[in-house]
Amino acid sequence: MSLLQVKRLTKVFTIGSIFSRLKILAVDNVTFEINEAEIFTLAGESGCGKTTTARIILGFEEPTSGEIHYKGKRIDNLKTEERRRLLKEIQAVFQNPFSTFNPLRKVESYFYDTLFNLGVAQEREEARRIIEEKLEAVGIAFEEFCEKYPSEFSGGQLQRISIARALLTNPKLLVADEPVSMVDASLRMSIVNLFKDLRDKYGLSVLYITHDLATAYYVSDRMAIMFRGEIVELGPAEKVLQEPKHPYTRLLRESVPEPDPSRRWTTKVVLADQEHEEYLRTGCKFAGRCPNAMEICKKESPPYFEVNGVQVKCFLYR
Amino acid sequence: MRVLKDLLRDGRFAFGFSVLLVLVFLSVLSFFSPYGPYERNPLMRDLPPKWPHILGTNSLGQDIFWQLTFAVRNSLVMALIAALISRVIAIIIGVIAGYKGGLVDRILTFLCDTFLVVPLFIIIVLVATITKGRMSLPMLGLLLGVFGWAWDARVIRSQVLSLRERDFTYTAVLSGLKAFSVVSKEYLPFLVPLIFATLIGNMSWAIGMEVTLAFLGVSNLMLPTLGTMLQWAINYQALLLGYWWWVLTPVVTSVFLFIALYLISISISAYLDPRMRIQRIGQA
Amino acid sequence: MEMLRTEQLKSYYVLEIFGRKRIIKAVDDVNLSVGENQIYGIAGESGCGKSTLLKAIFAAIEPPQKIFGGRLYYFVDGQAVDVYSLSEEERRKLRWRFISYVPQGSMSVLNPVVKIKETFKDFIESHVKGKTKDEAYEMAKVHIRELGLPVTLLDAYPHQLSGGMRQRVTIALATVLSPKVIMADEPTTALDVVTQRGVIQLLRDIQKANRNTLILVTHDMGVHANISDRIAIMYAGKIIEEGPTEAIFNNPTHPYTRYLIRSLPKFGDRMRRESVPGSPPSLEKLPSGCAFHPRCPHVFDRCTEETPALIECEKDHMAACWLVQEGKR
Repeated sequence: MSLLQVKRLTKVFTIGSIFSRLKILAVDNVTFEINEAEIFTLAGESGCGKTTTARIILGFEEPTSGEIHYKGKRIDNLKTEERRRLLKEIQAVFQNPFSTFNPLRKVESYFYDTLFNLGVAQEREEARRIIEEKLEAVGIAFEEFCEKYPSEFSGGQLQRISIARALLTNPKLLVADEPVSMVDASLRMSIVNLFKDLRDKYGLSVLYITHDLATAYYVSDRMAIMFRGEIVELGPAEKVLQEPKHPYTRLLRESVPEPDPSRRWTTKVVLADQEHEEYLRTGCKFAGRCPNAMEICKKESPPYFEVNGVQVKCFLYR
Repeated sequence: MRVLKDLLRDGRFAFGFSVLLVLVFLSVLSFFSPYGPYERNPLMRDLPPKWPHILGTNSLGQDIFWQLTFAVRNSLVMALIAALISRVIAIIIGVIAGYKGGLVDRILTFLCDTFLVVPLFIIIVLVATITKGRMSLPMLGLLLGVFGWAWDARVIRSQVLSLRERDFTYTAVLSGLKAFSVVSKEYLPFLVPLIFATLIGNMSWAIGMEVTLAFLGVSNLMLPTLGTMLQWAINYQALLLGYWWWVLTPVVTSVFLFIALYLISISISAYLDPRMRIQRIGQA
Repeated sequence: MEMLRTEQLKSYYVLEIFGRKRIIKAVDDVNLSVGENQIYGIAGESGCGKSTLLKAIFAAIEPPQKIFGGRLYYFVDGQAVDVYSLSEEERRKLRWRFISYVPQGSMSVLNPVVKIKETFKDFIESHVKGKTKDEAYEMAKVHIRELGLPVTLLDAYPHQLSGGMRQRVTIALATVLSPKVIMADEPTTALDVVTQRGVIQLLRDIQKANRNTLILVTHDMGVHANISDRIAIMYAGKIIEEGPTEAIFNNPTHPYTRYLIRSLPKFGDRMRRESVPGSPPSLEKLPSGCAFHPRCPHVFDRCTEETPALIECEKDHMAACWLVQEGKR
């Protein structure tokens, strides 16, 4: 059952002064779907447009063109009041747990705010019960949580608390923007396992945004690889990462340092000097670095080809 | 009052606060003055300091000490009115400009810049000259308040702009808070130190303006304030005639008042600084 | 041959806030020995003291950080030098020529208003006497070219370069005087996967070309697996396991290390993995005895009373755990 549909989403940022304007296609014709009870990953390096896509879905940015449908209804053009009602269904957690909360406010105040403002609870007792329930789901004791400020928690704890807050309204979709990149490697599993458990127990869908392919492999059902605003590969996570088809996906996959001393890098990588050049390229945006680049790649932007259940945006698969 | 105890640990605050307390005490004393503020010649003129006239008398036959109590009271009240009015305007304009952005921001910033660039001093002097003699204390406070907000509105606006991009603004929005609540719940704790520091600074400015206006002779010289006391003294050639107690009293009091306000302002600012507050969390 | 050694080094932070004194034991009784021509990795969670250790080894300590005990030796031209008994002037001479340091978030060390070559020139001039401006520029150019970086970047401003490029420039800056020991603190943390690979490769190439020593601090075990020769695992200010990379990955001994290694996701294996339970301890209020005991599944009485020292569990591989002592491993 399809939950969220993103159709040909495009966002153009113009930078520069009156004299030299530059148009950057931060998100270029992005199309994908998220189903119920599914963990879908948008993966890519910084600047690929994944965070901008998430912000548009959450209503923090306006798209330049394209549509977003949730449960069949359009949500990219809602008024403020309707957006607020949507908050019961779609919630988010951010990368840095310490900046997610105001350091001068007690963390619990956000919880009560969410419950009262969004009409989930009417009285304090009721709210308290729900908060306790959600905290338990993320593995935080209620007594440890009360009356405390963000700085009194560790990063891992605070991130779990952030997830608990997002779960208060029993949303159907959780947008998680780099939820574990600021958490220590040794604690990441606990948070990522949480997503899996929530999906299995409550049917929660997660839009997992990350540049960490290892955790993406571990937790996702389906995933899309983004490069400079475009989706270059989309399909089941196992296939995309174990049998990468697009040359960029292959590069990404190879570059992940494996925690296994017997499998070290044997080849070298060439890095792009100036990133914004690649945004403005005509034809395939990866053509400048691609080991398989052909003449046509520099002239035309490739369409999507379906190969073995995976969509690939590459002329190699014509 | 743990806050007060913590603050008093800072030497600057301790000094400034005590001086201010003394001055407030003086203001309260003014209600018990045996002489009215406008009475003339109830006493011998130009008497040097000697009990019961501990600061002497002036050429108008008034006891300088009791005059001072009125002067301090009036100056403080006027400064408070001016500072409060300008605070309110600055907050409203600064917050709306910072939070809304876009066209609204541009219009308000333009308004702000106008007030910053236009020579306020001349305008204030002009207004004072026109209404000379009929300017009451609250009116003066209002006048100074209406002109003193521009700088602080700018400061508040930049703070709001930066806060708006912080993650917790988005968390607040995701928690269902509306714009007004976001500002009052999330931003106010950050804005309070700014507002407080500039409040005291504004008071100093208002008092300074008042003294200057009085010195120029364009304010209501009948009202006893620190400025008018000085003006009368100069007018009557007090220095030349050696009546040092008449000149020094308002001067020394003003200096102490300025120093006290400054010290209090910087020590409270340091105390309220969000970074310091974060460090204090968990110490209770 | 040894290049650097610490003996029972203790470095704490002494903070005084509103009348209360707090002592944070960031580096507590650390014994380290780093040889030449090797990449030595230091791993551990954030807040375990790794950055403090680097700063203490670089001997550029500023209050509130203080050295509370122990010794630090550099082996300059084969001679042991007790660093903390030298004068500040003598230490300054050793800095950047014998040992260099790439701090965390060091991309911000580049002056944003001057071109890269100016930053290089200033740096070279302040540490090497008798170089003219042009000679300094030339030195920078040669070094950049040797590292395989485009020479055009010297004429650029920092904001014109990507994050990855800035990090590599900072590494180039730290190595332009050919130091014998290079210390890098989380050089790849804020970077993308492909850029990270480029930076790691650069570090490895520098080490291979100069046969010097690289001390690499990062919490990313994948990076350690890829280039470190030996690894020391830090926890709550102490080193709790130390040995060659293969030994650490194939035979992790300390319970914490075991959790750490086993929790790492690997491609091709979607079996459920578990994190280390609980949270890292506060360095202010450390648990009694072994600092890991509140989170350890194998804890017994001795763990809560005495702090274990590093004991050999197999050849050239040490762990600080009473289970090793009791022969249970």
